[in-house]
Amino acid sequence: MLAAEASQAMSHSAGWFLEHAWVIPIIPAVAFALIIFFGKRLPMKGSELGVASMVASLVLAVGAAWQWIQKINDASEGGVSYLTRAAGEKTPFVGPIVREWTWWQSGGFEFGIGQHIDGLALTLLVVVAFISTLVQIYSLEYLKGDRRYTHFFAALTLFSAGMLSMVLAPNMVQLILGWEIMGLCSFMLIGHWWEDQANARAALKAFFTVRVGDMGLLIGTGALFFAANNWTQANLGVSGFNISGLSAWAMSGEASKSVLTWAAVALFIACIGKSGQFPLHTWLPDAMAGPTPVSSLLHSSTMVVAGVFLVARLYPVFWEGLQIGDTGINFIVLIGGVTIVIAALLAFVQSDIKKVLAYSTVSQLGYMMMGLGAGAWLPAVFHIFTHAFFKACLFLAAGSVSHSGSHHSFDMKKDMGGLAKKMPITATTWIISTLALAGVFPLAGFFSKDEIIDNVGHNGYQAFMIVGLSGAFLTAAYMTRATYLTFFGEARGAAAGEHHDEGHATDHGHDAHDDHGHDAHAAHGAHDSHDDHGAHGPHESPKLITIPLVILAFLALTAGFSNAVPFGASWERFKKYVEPSPAFVMPEPVKASGPGEAIVVLDSTRASEGGEEGGAKSGCSYQAPAEGEVCYFPAVSHAKFKWSKAALSLLIVAVGLVSSWMFCVQYYTRRNRRLVGLTERNVILRGGYTFLANKYYLDALYEKVIVRAVAYPIARAAYWFNQNVLDGIVNGAGKISRRTAGWVYRNIDQHVVDGAVNGSGAAARGTGGALRPVQSGKVNQYGALLFAAAAIGALVLVIVNT
Amino acid sequence: MEVLRDQNWLLTVGTFLPLVGVVVMLFIPKSDEQSHKSVALITALATLAIGIYTLTQFDFDQADKLQFFADAEWIKVISSNYTIGLDGMSLPLYILSMIVTVLVMIYSWDHIPSPGNPKAFLSLMLILQTGMAGTFIAQDLILFFVFFEVVLLPMYFMIGVWGGEQRQYASLKFFLYTMFGSALMLVAFIALFFKVRGALPEGVEPSFSIPMLAEYGGLLGRSAQIWIFAGMFVGFAVKVPMFPFHTWLPDAHTQAPTQGSVILAAILLKLGTYGFVRIAIPILPEGAREWAPWIGLLSVIGIIYGAFGCLAQNDMKRLIAFSSVAHMGFVMLGISTLTPMGFNAALFGMVAHGLITGMLFFIAGSVKERYHTLEIARLGGMLKQLPKLGWILGFCAMASLGLPGLAGFWGEFPAILAAYSPAPGLSEEVFRVFMVIAALGTVFAAAYLLWLFQRTAFGEPKPEFSGGHGHDGHGHDGHDDLHDVNTYEWIAWTPFLIAIVVFGVYPQLMFKIFDPAVSVALKAFGG
Repeated sequence: MLAAEASQAMSHSAGWFLEHAWVIPIIPAVAFALIIFFGKRLPMKGSELGVASMVASLVLAVGAAWQWIQKINDASEGGVSYLTRAAGEKTPFVGPIVREWTWWQSGGFEFGIGQHIDGLALTLLVVVAFISTLVQIYSLEYLKGDRRYTHFFAALTLFSAGMLSMVLAPNMVQLILGWEIMGLCSFMLIGHWWEDQANARAALKAFFTVRVGDMGLLIGTGALFFAANNWTQANLGVSGFNISGLSAWAMSGEASKSVLTWAAVALFIACIGKSGQFPLHTWLPDAMAGPTPVSSLLHSSTMVVAGVFLVARLYPVFWEGLQIGDTGINFIVLIGGVTIVIAALLAFVQSDIKKVLAYSTVSQLGYMMMGLGAGAWLPAVFHIFTHAFFKACLFLAAGSVSHSGSHHSFDMKKDMGGLAKKMPITATTWIISTLALAGVFPLAGFFSKDEIIDNVGHNGYQAFMIVGLSGAFLTAAYMTRATYLTFFGEARGAAAGEHHDEGHATDHGHDAHDDHGHDAHAAHGAHDSHDDHGAHGPHESPKLITIPLVILAFLALTAGFSNAVPFGASWERFKKYVEPSPAFVMPEPVKASGPGEAIVVLDSTRASEGGEEGGAKSGCSYQAPAEGEVCYFPAVSHAKFKWSKAALSLLIVAVGLVSSWMFCVQYYTRRNRRLVGLTERNVILRGGYTFLANKYYLDALYEKVIVRAVAYPIARAAYWFNQNVLDGIVNGAGKISRRTAGWVYRNIDQHVVDGAVNGSGAAARGTGGALRPVQSGKVNQYGALLFAAAAIGALVLVIVNT
Repeated sequence: MEVLRDQNWLLTVGTFLPLVGVVVMLFIPKSDEQSHKSVALITALATLAIGIYTLTQFDFDQADKLQFFADAEWIKVISSNYTIGLDGMSLPLYILSMIVTVLVMIYSWDHIPSPGNPKAFLSLMLILQTGMAGTFIAQDLILFFVFFEVVLLPMYFMIGVWGGEQRQYASLKFFLYTMFGSALMLVAFIALFFKVRGALPEGVEPSFSIPMLAEYGGLLGRSAQIWIFAGMFVGFAVKVPMFPFHTWLPDAHTQAPTQGSVILAAILLKLGTYGFVRIAIPILPEGAREWAPWIGLLSVIGIIYGAFGCLAQNDMKRLIAFSSVAHMGFVMLGISTLTPMGFNAALFGMVAHGLITGMLFFIAGSVKERYHTLEIARLGGMLKQLPKLGWILGFCAMASLGLPGLAGFWGEFPAILAAYSPAPGLSEEVFRVFMVIAALGTVFAAAYLLWLFQRTAFGEPKPEFSGGHGHDGHGHDGHDDLHDVNTYEWIAWTPFLIAIVVFGVYPQLMFKIFDPAVSVALKAFGG
């Protein structure tokens, strides 16, 4: 704490909220423990603790964000004395608020825990806390009466704690901590209804697939740590795990290129797993087995962006390691681009509404990755921000449909249709979010997605701009299909008020929810009109569900204006507050003054803005920093918005929306003969459909080939080797020594050495199977024999060596 | 070597106090089972009290020095002395052995395995405790060897008398295999003594003292070091156990009574790894450097191989036993890097593995007691029938697969890190390959543990165990035994569970104790 006080005095108080942001994840962590131990005894079964902790975190996060905005404003107005501005400089440098305490030390290395607060961290803090709050409120209703209601809130709260601690991690170890805790919560929540083995398998698959990627996280972190530690200790006084330290090291020009490249690739593999990128995306659609609020929070808006966040957080490492500044194809942009298209195509063949959204999430994460891989850092981060709102809204709306409209079914083809009239609020929020996702002006998705596409092209990745535009078309089309099937056309199945028969429940995997939801409501029979769906049919959801929907839809409508590039630079607030400054900075390492505490104070002496608008590429990453200076962020350039370019993408989106709508009307309602059954008649289309319906056979490859091979033949072979070869040698050795002992005993001891104990002769004969030398009495003999051998060996060694 | 001699009676009392309990029990008739349980538990608690007092008296600022050091003449004719002391490397293991013994005693209160006879069972456990504690305090090779062997006999009888169906085979194999390793180890010790005696400078008394040997062992020629190291290697590697010397372990674990398995996993395996960090590597730095890549190789083979072994199992207890092979692979990988980071990771891994795998064996024992089977395919839906036991299993599975925030992670992650940058003189390329393989091992660990958890805990209970169904073919009505975690289990397990969380959240508690002592042990490697 001492150092904190000192730095305040020295560098203008950063503000209470900013300096105590580390409290934000601790609140839900404590709440988690309280829920686990006392939750069941509380009047609301622990859910009140969860909601309260999220509200508290949200307040702190918003407070910190507010102070950050103030800080940036002060700095840009020149109100802060410690900033010296060089001529021609546009934005002064405002460093992150880093605080670190010693967590553990080993072999002379110190490992910290604390906070690293800057625009990126704050964006995620606010988004995560905000959506967590809404989702928890929504869950109060949605999971009412669930048999593991308390567990559910505990896991949800722990998840938030993990995500928040990852987001503000000042170093890689804390980041890994949060990252893995999220994985655990994901496992617990996907498998929430574990009585059904299908859900348990989905949970296992999610955890395991992500874990495959996590190998890269461990390896990449290790490589970076050892490569950077000396440099960061010498220049910044922090360890090689430190985020700022790693960023500065990567940009210093002194880092080994090969280590950077390998580390970047390894870390990105972890991101592929976590963020559901091709080819490890297969767990994410299966993860929809969890309750819908979980899908909304973890598997769309927050946890799955952890991989994107990691790339954004350590951007200099990826920038330098994969040469993002050059315009050749790199690993990130390639994976991102491929993911956009393959996931979007898969969304067309789903009949489960949540799976459409799951593939849509995968595809949108692909946009973020592609943006990061092509140097469009800010649009990608902005897309995390906007996507969180409309995707959370879409999932919650899907949950609302199943809760009140389709009798707990998620099957669009069987149990939905025509729900718009019955559920106007849900339908309206869904449609707003769909348009936002499709990128219709002026909804949130337009401002972020179009910026990604624009900047990807601007930075020289033209091919990927086309991928982005195709993705926009596909997005518009599959979302229109889902919208049509759910809310328009004729009502089918449960949406038409039909009662479920027993056989129906076994038809689709997600109906685990069916049983439990049903049980739940039977237990709480008094609650609204759920018990007689048959009589009342679909209806609008209660307020605890619709209010979060409305709030999120409002944000889907408006969030884009926080960085509305088309309206000029003064609208680019998100950029102003979030994008790190690519300035050359004079760091001032401060040694720990309190017990094990170090704060890096950053000061700016010279700053330059990177090449704008096709100007000469200069600044950080293009010029090595001068002696004693460091860079924390590459000088990325930003595309200038042109309506002509935007018009093209808007047109593509419009075509996607309209053509898909027309197709749906013809296909699903009019049953147009030329379209219906086309996939059976046309060989190419049939092949394509089968390929998609089987998810490119990736699941088959993983589960039927790789996992099966490792789990069965390879493991069995290894075990056979163990039992027969290794153990055979051991048993054989035992057998031989016993025979030898017997021989020695019979022939030497009995004959040569007189007066042997006759009684033990029987024991020496030895009985029993070859593998089972029984009779514990022999231990003494073997022991004696071995010791004799040892003694002789010792003697030999001594003689030989002297 | 500087040592602290204050209160040098402490370790002797702490180590031999259990034997006092054994003597008392000798005079109590066999039929008075309650008295035996009480005496044994009181003795173990008293020993632990001494241990805790030792902990309070330990000077943590001087954890690099041997404390409570005592040095008395013992067997003069072979220059072996009663030299004991405790530093940061041995302290946590010394205390752990005492805690585990107490908790196992508590568990035994209503879990004396068939064929009963608490008098013998608990006496053996107390003798075992003396052997384990003695191994960690011994600073003389012969003394170390004696304690190392003392451990063997009680465990042999525990498995052989109170074990499962194939107990005789398993116990014999355990005994002989370990004995075989010990024999080579003893050869190595003796050879070391004679070789070092020849190389000692004037005025230094030749002895088996470990600190003395660590100081002068480096004087030996390279080839002598390599040969002597090889002898020690076999002795310790069997005990760890490292691939390919591990085959006694699954049998011993599977057949041993729960208490035996817990002690075996929690403490006995650590005697081998402890031997490496305390004796083999500090005394023979050249030999260690030469062998390190091979140790690393066997470690990573063990990690993957152990995982395969787990995946092939149908028996829960045998699966946990194979997971020990994999986890000890991580420990040995850390050791093979010969860096302070790797050693710290290994020491942490030893304690963490002791807690976590010990807990898993407790759970396996309780599952067996309730379901009368450990066959994974027959179990299922444990969360529904025995939710508390099921969640504890889930918790331990997560800890075992190395979830950050729980103790297991801090043994694994730093070991993997350390492999990136081994000690000078070792090939970085080779160790980086090991690092990648070890990281792959964490994936397998997740696979077999979660698979185990999914198959046993998730889903609906199998008809044969859910009341009302499946009376057929099930001799005794198993579902009558299905009760959730009971009081004795709670008392025995809670400390483990708390320790797993506490060390996971704040690993510094242990790292700060190890760190100084590790630097001393590795001073020959420029650590």
